[in-house]
Order: sequence, then C-alpha cells, then structure tokens
Amino acid sequence: MPVITYREAIRHALAEELERDANVVVLGEEVAQFNGAYKVTEGLLAKFGPKRIVDTPISEAGFIGMGVGASMLGIRPVMELMFWSFYSVAFDQILNNAANVRYMSGGLINCPIVIRGPANGGTNVGATHSHTPENVLANHPGVKVIVPATAYDAKGLLKSAIRDNDPVFFLENTILYGEKGEVPAEEYLIPLGQADVKRAGTDLTIVTYGRSVLHSLAAAELLQKEHDVSVEVVDLRTIRPLDIDTVLASVARTHRVLIVEEQKPFASVGSQLAYMIQREAFDELDGPIHRLATVDAPAIYSPPVETEQLPNPQRILKAALEAMQ
Amino acid sequence: MPSDANKKPAAAIDTKAASPARNAPINLRLSADDKIGLFRTMVRIRRFEERALRAYQAKKIGGFLHLYIGQEAVAVGCCSLMGKNDHVITAYRDHGHAISVGMGLNEQMAELYGKATGCSKGKGGSMHFFAPDRNYWGGHGIVGGQIPLGTGLAYALKYQGLKGAAMAFMGDGAVNQGAVHEAYNLAALWQLPVVFVIENNGYSMGTSQSRSSAGALSKRAEGYDMLWGQCEAHDIYQVRATMDEFLHRAREESKPSVVELDTYRYRGHSVADPDSTYRPKAEIEEYRRTKDPIQVYQKSLLAEGVLTDALVEQIDQAARAEADAAAEFADASPFPTPDDIQKDVYWEADNPAERKSQGRLFFD
Repeated sequence: MPVITYREAIRHALAEELERDANVVVLGEEVAQFNGAYKVTEGLLAKFGPKRIVDTPISEAGFIGMGVGASMLGIRPVMELMFWSFYSVAFDQILNNAANVRYMSGGLINCPIVIRGPANGGTNVGATHSHTPENVLANHPGVKVIVPATAYDAKGLLKSAIRDNDPVFFLENTILYGEKGEVPAEEYLIPLGQADVKRAGTDLTIVTYGRSVLHSLAAAELLQKEHDVSVEVVDLRTIRPLDIDTVLASVARTHRVLIVEEQKPFASVGSQLAYMIQREAFDELDGPIHRLATVDAPAIYSPPVETEQLPNPQRILKAALEAMQ
Repeated sequence: MPSDANKKPAAAIDTKAASPARNAPINLRLSADDKIGLFRTMVRIRRFEERALRAYQAKKIGGFLHLYIGQEAVAVGCCSLMGKNDHVITAYRDHGHAISVGMGLNEQMAELYGKATGCSKGKGGSMHFFAPDRNYWGGHGIVGGQIPLGTGLAYALKYQGLKGAAMAFMGDGAVNQGAVHEAYNLAALWQLPVVFVIENNGYSMGTSQSRSSAGALSKRAEGYDMLWGQCEAHDIYQVRATMDEFLHRAREESKPSVVELDTYRYRGHSVADPDSTYRPKAEIEEYRRTKDPIQVYQKSLLAEGVLTDALVEQIDQAARAEADAAAEFADASPFPTPDDIQKDVYWEADNPAERKSQGRLFFD
C-alpha cells in the first residue's frame, strides 16, 4: 500500500473531488500560485487552472461569506484558512451565516461549504496563531467539525466533507502535514461521526483526537512497557457529529477515562465529553474522569516552554498514572 | 482635503442628465397593466406593513419589526427589473422585497406570528424571509453581514456562465462595516456581476448619515474602480431607469457597481424606536407630503389616465382586505411544536434516507 504524507493525503482528496464534481472550487490565500502556505495545494493550479483554484486577497470575512453565498446557488467551495486562528475575523460569516441560514429559512436552503486549514499550537507562532477552535465551532448547531490525526483519516474524511451538504469545518495540523501513513490508492470514504479505536487496551481509555492521538499512542507504549498499564486509545476523528457510542463501549471495557486534548480547558471538547460519559456510563467508572488539556494561558512563544504547555507524551503518561489511582 | 466639486467622477453613470426618467426605455416599455401592477405592489406593501404594525401592538408579533413604510419604490422598482437569472438579498427591512418578488402575504404574516405556516416555518421571524424559488435569499439580521453573501451569488452566476446579476441591498448604516468593504473589493477585483444597492433612508437607527459616514456613500466605489450611481428613489421611474443601467452593465459586461437610492422611512428604525430623539416630526411630514412614493406615482398615473380615482380606491381596499386576510390566516394557524425546534438545522438530519454521517448531531 502506498505510504504518503498527511499533506499529500489532503491534496489527493482535493484533487479527486475537484475531478469528480465541477462545482467544487478551492479558494484561499496563497493556495494557487504560491502552491499553498503549507504546500497542501501544491500542483493543483497547474492541474485544474485558475477557475478551480483561486487565490483570494487577505479578506476572510469577504471570501468566506462569498463562498457561503455561492454555495446557496450550488457551488461547493472548499475554502482554506491559512491558520484556523483567522476564523475569528470571519466569525459572523462562519457561525451566523453558514451555520444558521438553513434554520432561519425553515429548511429552504443549505450551504455545502468546507473550510479547512491548520489549527494547532506547538510551532512557536504565538498566541494569535495557535488557536484550536474546534470547541467553539462545535458549539454551533448546524455545523460539522472534523479533526483528523492521520493521513488515512484525513483523506477519507475530507472527501466525505466535500460531498456533505452541510457546512463542514476541517481542522488540520501543520506539525502533522509531514507525517507519513499508509493510504490506499483506490478511492475510499470515511463517514463523518465515526470514531476509531487506534489502540486496544484494558486498563484505561484515553479519548483524544488530532495530534494528541499520536502523543497518546507514544505514551501508551511507555505505559505498557514501564508501568504495565494497558491503554486503549479512542480517536474521535469527528467532533460533531460525535460518535459517543464508541467512547462509551470503551469505557465499559476499561472503566477509567483520561481525556487528552490540545484545548484550553474551559468549555473545551473534553468538557462536553466528560459530561456525556459520566451521564451515560456513571456505573462503569471506577474513578473520576480525568482530563489533560493545554495549560490555561495564551499560547506562549518560548519554544521549549510551549512544548510543556501542550499535551505531550510525558504529560500524558503522568496524567494516565494519576487516572489509574 | 482637495476639492472635488469640479471633478466629474470618472466611473459614475450620470443618469440625472438623461431625459426624464419616465421616458427611459425601460419605463416606456411598461404597459398600462404593468404600471398598475407596480402601483398595486407598492400599495400592498404599505397596507401589509401597517397591518403588521397593528398586529405587533396587539402582541401577536414578538421580537423585531423593521417597517418598510415610505421606501416602497425601492424594492418594487428594483425587483420589477429582475430576469430569471437575477437574484436579490437584503438586510432585515425585508418585507418589501419579499412582496416585490411575489411571496404571499399569508406566509409572511404567519411568519411574523411565529406560526408553522410561516415562510420560514416560524423559525426566522421578521428579519428572515426567504424564497429561493423566487431568487430571493433573505432577510438577514447582522448589519452588512449579507453583503459578502450577495457577492457570492454573483460569483456563482459568473462561475456557472449565466447571464444575470445579484442585487445586494443594504442600508446607509451598513456601508461602514468591514465586511462590506471586503465584498466591494472582491467584486471589483474579480469583476463579479453584483449591484450593491444602498437604500439610504438618512438614518442608521438613530444616527444620521452625517454623524455616521465620512464622505459620500456610493462614491466610495471609486476607491475600488467600481461604477457607481445615485438617484432619488421616491420616484419609481427613477429607480427603474437608474438600476436598469447598472443591471445591464452587470449582466452584459459582468461589471459590479454601487448604487445609492435615496429614500425615507416614516416609522422608526423598528417598533422599539420611539423616534423622538433624532429627527424632527416636520421632516417626516414634509417627505410624506411631497415625496411619498405611492402618492407620487399615483399622481403620475392619474395624469397619464392609467389610474382612475375608482381604481385607486379599489386597489387600496383590496390591499387592506388582503392584509387583513393574512392576519386572519396567521391567527388561525398553529404554532410549531417543541419537536420542531431541532428540524431544519442539518440537511442530513432532515434527509435521513440520504444521511452518510454517523454519530450524534444534537446534544442535551
């Protein structure tokens, strides 16, 4: 099976969907001539031309709102945010217009847009460029939110996202772009709202998503080798719709939960998960639900210190041992 | 600040220098029935809005109600020019546009009453009337937020190779929102077939134009090398003559433009506005006396012999009756149920046979 990078997996998904549906258009800053700020869209302009791959000015509210409007007439824009951190300058267009137009019209309209781009800390780019807004987005009924951890997941989920008739927000990670993984050459789709048990285990369930999945898997190896703790890692893959059933089935097996998330703690994705798990699987739990989040401050610049602000294998190991007590 | 008093704006189309608006080709084309139709639509808007106000005062309507009374010639004039590939989007003072594109009064009044028979099933309210099958895309609450959407309608038309134009309406208060400037730039950069229509009624809620905006409103288009124009919009002939030029440029040459239509509202910003702090009553009375769009057109059509006093009376009675009937329909209609709250949120949830995703879409 071919081994490609997460970046290439996204690019292939874009190319396949551009080929499949003439209404799909890729828009964003530097996506065309520059070949993408993070080279995700490299080569697409040469292949598909400037009508399908569109360089926008620095104008998120403008071009995202434009994409939402165009989607009402059948265009399927896939809009890149160079950093998901920039969503806040287009907040009204994303979370008032895209999320609500269907409802306010009593179901007469739908907005089949995709907004994609990297949402992560860990690259020393400071407080305004390091946001992970999946919790903010997922708080809004009407939208779907995906955070893939691997190349395989990224490709299958992005194809599904582009074909989805609701607004879908796809959150990548600049640090994951270079990660390699097995990705079939033949076409495949992964449905939204389906979690994936990335590692089977019996003593502790780590529920996580995104880059924290890789950290959790690394921590799980150490926990097995050095502490004889068998960890099951559940990768949510999609935040909304949420596959809570896979999480609950895991809790029924292990009876202990650690949520690991690259999220500031207050009202994070994990906060919602913890409520649901204790509400629906209270009797399965042998102890309180634990959660490891980003240290609660704006993203620090200083490179070695930022590593300690985010989840990392050592912090996860420590949190897992606490959860086992 | 350099004086531009003698400088003719290069990108403007000067429609004031043309022959009287009545004789513009687009207006000469109107048959007697067409003219009566335009008049009738303005009257129907007026009577619907007045009936809605009474319903609001009788506590049948909640939330906001932004009345179009006084501005009728704008919506009727602009929408009367729509071809099959032209589209309209506006802000929250949207009942006039809804009626002008042909939406029924029953479904609009029922929407105001929050009933399940409303055009948005009671889920939108006054600010959110939509009719995609009439190329009408709402009805939006955030000032200026609809303007990038309007640019998007134009983008889609151009992408699909259709000959058409999007009319994106906003008020004089919206012109200072950042999203509007972004939309202007995109439209001009990519030559999108959108006409940005500024319905300038002189006041952004309680703040006059002179207290809100630096410089002239539509003239800002020059900063983007866009065409622009302006006319007095109490005269429906002027509205049509002016807009026709710019719609033509949009459809035929894919040229965007900004057109300022100077109008007036008799009522406050919304029903919550006591309208006692920011403009003199004399100003309202003066406009009503000399520039009421319905009176102006009525006078013109009586002089032409197209209308008679009897027909005017008949049209007015019919409009009142139609508005009353809409209120009765709304009154008699059921509300949506709590089970309806979570419908019409996701296309997938509303089309379960075609749902591809899994997992929980809703939470509690």
